[in-house]
Amino acid sequence: MDLYQELILEHSKRPQHAGLREPFDAETHHVNTTCGDEVTLRVRLDGDRVADVSYDAIGCSISVASTSVLAEEVIGHTVAEAMGTFGAMRAMLTSKGQDAGDEEQIGDGVAFAGVAKYPARVKCALLSWSAFTDALVRAGATISTDHQNQTVGSTS
Amino acid sequence: MTTTYDAAPAAREGVSGGALTPAEVERIRADFPLLRRTVREQRPLVYLDSGATSQKPTVVLDAERRFYEQHNAAVHRGAHQLAEEATDEFEHARERVARFVGAGVGEVVFTKNATEAINLVAYAFSNAGFDGALEGADPEVAARLRIGPGDEIVVTEMEHHANLVPWQELARRTGATLRWIAITDDGELDLSDLEEIVNERTKVLAFAHVSNVLGTINPVRTLVARAKAVGALTVLDACQSVPHLPVDVRDLDVDFLAFSGHKMFGPLGIGVLWGRPELLAAMPPFITGGSMIETVRMEGTTYAAPPQRFEAGTPVVAQAVALAVACDYLDAIGMERVRAHDAELLRVLLAGLAERPWVRVLGPLEAEQRSGAVAFEVDGVHPHDVGQVLDDAGVAVRTGHHCAWPLHRRMRVTSSSRASVAAYNTPEEIQVFLQALDRVPEVFGTAKGA
Repeated sequence: MDLYQELILEHSKRPQHAGLREPFDAETHHVNTTCGDEVTLRVRLDGDRVADVSYDAIGCSISVASTSVLAEEVIGHTVAEAMGTFGAMRAMLTSKGQDAGDEEQIGDGVAFAGVAKYPARVKCALLSWSAFTDALVRAGATISTDHQNQTVGSTS
Repeated sequence: MTTTYDAAPAAREGVSGGALTPAEVERIRADFPLLRRTVREQRPLVYLDSGATSQKPTVVLDAERRFYEQHNAAVHRGAHQLAEEATDEFEHARERVARFVGAGVGEVVFTKNATEAINLVAYAFSNAGFDGALEGADPEVAARLRIGPGDEIVVTEMEHHANLVPWQELARRTGATLRWIAITDDGELDLSDLEEIVNERTKVLAFAHVSNVLGTINPVRTLVARAKAVGALTVLDACQSVPHLPVDVRDLDVDFLAFSGHKMFGPLGIGVLWGRPELLAAMPPFITGGSMIETVRMEGTTYAAPPQRFEAGTPVVAQAVALAVACDYLDAIGMERVRAHDAELLRVLLAGLAERPWVRVLGPLEAEQRSGAVAFEVDGVHPHDVGQVLDDAGVAVRTGHHCAWPLHRRMRVTSSSRASVAAYNTPEEIQVFLQALDRVPEVFGTAKGA
């Protein structure tokens, strides 16, 4: 089945940047109420740059791998770039398989293209992103209203 | 004039006792149109999620449709013929559903689901606290319905949220204390301190007949005996037992029993509450409005007798008519045989899972101790991922916490996968499920037998 790409399995078994680290500017805790999966995520900002994302993710392969890819793709990038990556991930995930994703923009995130065909799993892939955008706001980052309005709803 | 529905599936030919024969199951399957469809790349559907909701036989679907086509009108009002017919259909359905669980006709209340049925009881307790709410009620019964600080409400750790949250809320509203019976590692109720937990302060003991996750059949007699000894009322969540076991309210000797229609081949949108008539007679209403009144003046209202007192607004008429036919359908198979078939499937299921050391079954390991469902976890693989691999093979199971979060915490898992069966499932389908399950360690590279 095309859902479980090797990249997803690798990220879920060896999540990158995992663990909760200090210092941090904001911490969020989001829960997927259908299965009880949860992610605690910390963000540290350095000006308009995402200096660090650390996390503790308990969940299925999709949600853990998605958190890992998120950390890989946003650490060291500006908030605007991170939000661009989020936008591209979300567009791909909600495209019902029409948008294969741009590797330039979302890196290993393209491995999640198959998730879009399974509506029940899209929430798994977006859980950490909602925790991340929430943490950015709490950390005082300026996020364009366009992005904020599209943030997937908090499920905690 | 009312419509008579033919709801005789397996019974079309002489039935024998014991588990259903393959030919009988085939005939039953033929009655369920949905079971003929394919899923995911034309794979035959193996539906093992009846614990969440069962599929519906054509006779049930036809009953609902024919009600709308032939008899649809507002019940309990109107002088025209259709209104009479609709009322007749509705009350006939009530009689039929009552008979299915050994109840009297006036003792059955139709709700929109089992959750509402349980809330109806919980709110009767809190509403009983208002001035004059129990006016005219038998003083002995009234005393049992009054609840407040110092009183205790007892549930169990294995409850579905529907039979937990309403009692937490009742405790919060009234100042009573919520207590619970714990679960053992084997997934049974820990009755070692039953006498301490259910005591003279206990006003209500609410528990599941069958766990929706573990499948455990709980010792109703023991619990009821203890509740009676201390004068506590018992509320039985029978959602997972009524579709699978012969259930008789007099035999169980509980005070209230709630179940849903959609898990027993009936339609969505209907639940049932049975209550002892003397209790229902004293209970204040939960939802108020039209249809549940006796007289209404601007200054105040008096209520109708049960069951109408608890059926405010337009009732679930078409759903009740269809549910009555689902009762006919199940009785035509015979609940003893439904149970025997169920146990046979669980034996195959449990034996197959036992052969796979990378699978851990939650709850009792003997089919005789459980009903309907088997929840399990696969070493190193999240239930969502297990469910996805099964789905790829056309096998539908439930994954998640199954609305029983505390139970999962107690069993030390975040969530689980659950396969649940019904009369239309076959041993061959269980084998398809087991083979599909074997793909899980392959896909995720987790060692078999690890």
